[in-house]
Amino acid sequence: MYTVNTASEIAERIYEFWIRAPQVARNARAGQFLILRIDEQGERIPLTISAVNGDAVRVVFMAVGKTTQHLATLKAGDALADVVGPLGKPSEIENFGTACVVGGGAGIACLPIIARELKEAGNHVIGIIGARNAGLLILEDEMREICDELFITTDDGSKGFHGYAADVLKRELDHRTIDRVWIIGPAIMMKVTSAATVPYGVKTFVSLNPIMVDGTGMCGSCRVTVGGETKFACVDGPEFDAHQVDFVELMQRQRIYTDQEKAAVERFAEHTCRCGEGGHHHG
Amino acid sequence: MADRAADVRVRDFKEVDLGMTVDEAIAEAERCLQCKKPLCVAGCPVCIDIPGFIAEVAEGNFRKAAAIVKEQNMLPAICGRVCPQETQCEGVCILGKKETAIRIGALERFVADWEQQNGLVSPEKAEPTGKRVAVVGSGPAGITAAAELARAGHAVTIFESLHEAGGVLTYGIPAFRLPKEIVKTEIDQVLEMGVGLKKNYLVGRSLSAADLLKYDAVFLATGAGLPSFMGIPGENLPGVYSANEFLTRVNLMHADRFPVFDTPVKHGARVAVVGGGNVAMDAARVARRLGAKVTLIYRRREEDMPARLAEVHHAKEEGIEFATCTNPTRIIGDQFVTGIECVKMTMCKLDASGRPSPQEEKGSEFTLDVDMVIIAIGTSPNPLLVSLIPGLERTRKGNVVVDENGKTSIPHVYAGGDIATGAATVIEAMGTAKKAAAAINRMLREE
Ligand SMILES: Cc1cc2nc3c(=O)[nH]c(=O)nc-3n(C[C@H](O)[C@H](O)[C@H](O)COP(=O)(O)OP(=O)(O)OC[C@H]3O[C@@H](n4cnc5c(N)ncnc54)[C@H](O)[C@@H]3O)c2cc1C
Ligand SMILES: Cc1cc2nc3c(=O)[nH]c(=O)nc-3n(C[C@H](O)[C@H](O)[C@H](O)COP(=O)(O)OP(=O)(O)OC[C@H]3O[C@@H](n4cnc5c(N)ncnc54)[C@H](O)[C@@H]3O)c2cc1C
Ligand code: SF4
Ligand code: SF4
Ligand code: FES
Ligand SMILES: [Mg+2]
Repeated sequence: MYTVNTASEIAERIYEFWIRAPQVARNARAGQFLILRIDEQGERIPLTISAVNGDAVRVVFMAVGKTTQHLATLKAGDALADVVGPLGKPSEIENFGTACVVGGGAGIACLPIIARELKEAGNHVIGIIGARNAGLLILEDEMREICDELFITTDDGSKGFHGYAADVLKRELDHRTIDRVWIIGPAIMMKVTSAATVPYGVKTFVSLNPIMVDGTGMCGSCRVTVGGETKFACVDGPEFDAHQVDFVELMQRQRIYTDQEKAAVERFAEHTCRCGEGGHHHG
Repeated sequence: MADRAADVRVRDFKEVDLGMTVDEAIAEAERCLQCKKPLCVAGCPVCIDIPGFIAEVAEGNFRKAAAIVKEQNMLPAICGRVCPQETQCEGVCILGKKETAIRIGALERFVADWEQQNGLVSPEKAEPTGKRVAVVGSGPAGITAAAELARAGHAVTIFESLHEAGGVLTYGIPAFRLPKEIVKTEIDQVLEMGVGLKKNYLVGRSLSAADLLKYDAVFLATGAGLPSFMGIPGENLPGVYSANEFLTRVNLMHADRFPVFDTPVKHGARVAVVGGGNVAMDAARVARRLGAKVTLIYRRREEDMPARLAEVHHAKEEGIEFATCTNPTRIIGDQFVTGIECVKMTMCKLDASGRPSPQEEKGSEFTLDVDMVIIAIGTSPNPLLVSLIPGLERTRKGNVVVDENGKTSIPHVYAGGDIATGAATVIEAMGTAKKAAAAINRMLREE
């Protein structure tokens, strides 16, 4: 059993959990993720390791469907059936000179651990974090503390730059040298934002989020096309050279179970109101 | 001995083969000639005293029979069900030359099931030696090595990356062939011998390779779980699965019971399964149980299929169509799979394995309309951990190189099962594990 040490909602529908998982915490590096299963009926879902403290790891997730909504109902002291990790290859961190980490929405959660390792390696670190509006912006203070410079963008202009992270990234690339870029967020955001670094020839990483099952390279559910080759994101990634990724295929594969996912959410909503058991469904 | 009727069993995941009754078992056991030099034993990779246990069955001493079997094989209810007996023990039984071979597998299953229902007796253990052994992977190889090493008095810990033990027995072979309670009971019996099991540990990640090598001995049994794809256009379309993914979703995650269980799986109406081995048969029969009309596409002839005979027969009974001498060239679809384009194959001269090598017939392309494709053309050794151990020698195909005792290029590291042999069988995996465990025991005792 893996205990949830703390559980809090840090923005609308975005939750921060610290989970006790010593074997994950002991070995976790920037860019890696874990897979958890809530209970015996649960599915395995991947979440990025966002920070480590002692024998606990932090995950930050958006409640989008059945499992993440169910997870959001858990409180400090509750237990998860399974947590496995750290999974995936660590980020390739060196002293590049100037590095920029860009996050969109819940994807911002993946940045602190990468930014911290980049900083420790001696880089000048620029952060760009963007959300739809000021209320959905997460981890601003933490990112401000780690990064040498931090830019904020909102789609509606309610805070920081009025527009997209891609706009700020372009602006910065126009007037200075940036040696490496990481972009993490929804697939469409990564596609659009990484296009911005192409003309500048800057090596850019994205963290891909295809549908996974085992997370250990045994099923191929997570296969993505990178540079014309099929890769398994859970073991060959999840970070890949953004300019080689077939984002259209990724987005198509993310939609495989849309109908079932919709049914599962509806069933979950019905279940939670009727039995009031906080989402723990039986049979 | 009876199979449930095909039209009934395709509607559930309950066991197909109901096994022998007491009377049937005794009658079958009485047929055994009790050979002085039993050929059958040499055909069993774990050397079960076959005439010995069969003699006890003939006498109605089922508990004694079970003890004799478990002397050499701690997973008899599993092996009795899934061993390719026709090419192992039964294939060499002397009676097979004239009449029909003794049904050794079915008898083994009978005594194992009898013992499960009448109270299991744990085998004896040697005095603790104080030596620590790490076993990586909880498939048949890992479980077998752990049982042997625990019996010899060593402190054994098994590391398993998934949330359930059993390897392919749990995530691959479907319940209608191998009920999961049977697997769990046999594994639990090994754990009750004092073997530690750490689930959710991906060795190489959750435990570093360096920390693994600190054990007094290491047994690598990580299997051959990396699914191969064909490399044809359209393979990444939604609706195309590896057999491993499809079977894992259903067997391990219980997607057949979605939404009670959270993991989804597509229920195709017309499914093509590519391959001719056990894995292909299992995938086809699972898809059938999820309501599909299934076509199995295989590039050679039916007689060349590597699957167990019983499973080919069962698959046919269940209405799986066989398109043999056929090879896929392209998977068609826009948002989702809509078809698979194939070409007919002609059989030409024999290849290295003695089988006719198939050649494409020009202009024979045709398209099957399907909404789902499952690729079951094979798997290769799991590269993750073995690539992280410095100095561990591997073949070009990725198998760990071992000597006849399972010893690798690193002195206290042994390997067995599919990671060493490439995808093989449960009983071969167990045979290699037993040899390695014996060698590890010798090494630890000499130290
Ligand atoms: C390596 C990796 C790291 C991730 N890190 C984070 C993170 O830190 N924070 C976060 O909020 N989300 C993260 N995700 C996405 C997260 O796993 C999904 O949002 C979650 O699985 C949705 O489950 P659900 O049942 O709530 O929603 P559903 O309604 O079932 O699915 C919503 C969408 O999520 C995706 N999804 C569904 N099941 C899976 C699955 N088994 N694996 C991957 N994606 C799936 C699909 O595209 C689907 O359309 C990550 C995904 C990957 C692959
Ligand atoms: C669908 C299917 C049907 C089959 N049917 C038959 C049959 O009828 N008869 C027969 O004899 N054979 C059959 N086989 C083949 C047989 O199952 C295998 O040969 C056998 O399971 C190999 O055993 P193993 O212990 O070497 O590996 P596996 O059973 O593959 O077990 C390996 C285990 O190691 C774990 N692992 C891998 N890497 C790590 C790591 N780094 N850290 C921790 N754990 C790790 C895996 O999760 C897995 O649980 C079938 C195979 C499949 C896929
Ligand atoms: S374990 Fe397999 S090969 Fe050995 S006797 Fe039993 S069925 Fe035959
Ligand atoms: S070879 Fe056949 S007949 Fe002879 S002992 Fe073995 S099972 Fe009995
Ligand atoms: S999730 Fe199964 S191979 Fe990547
Ligand atoms: Mg879900």
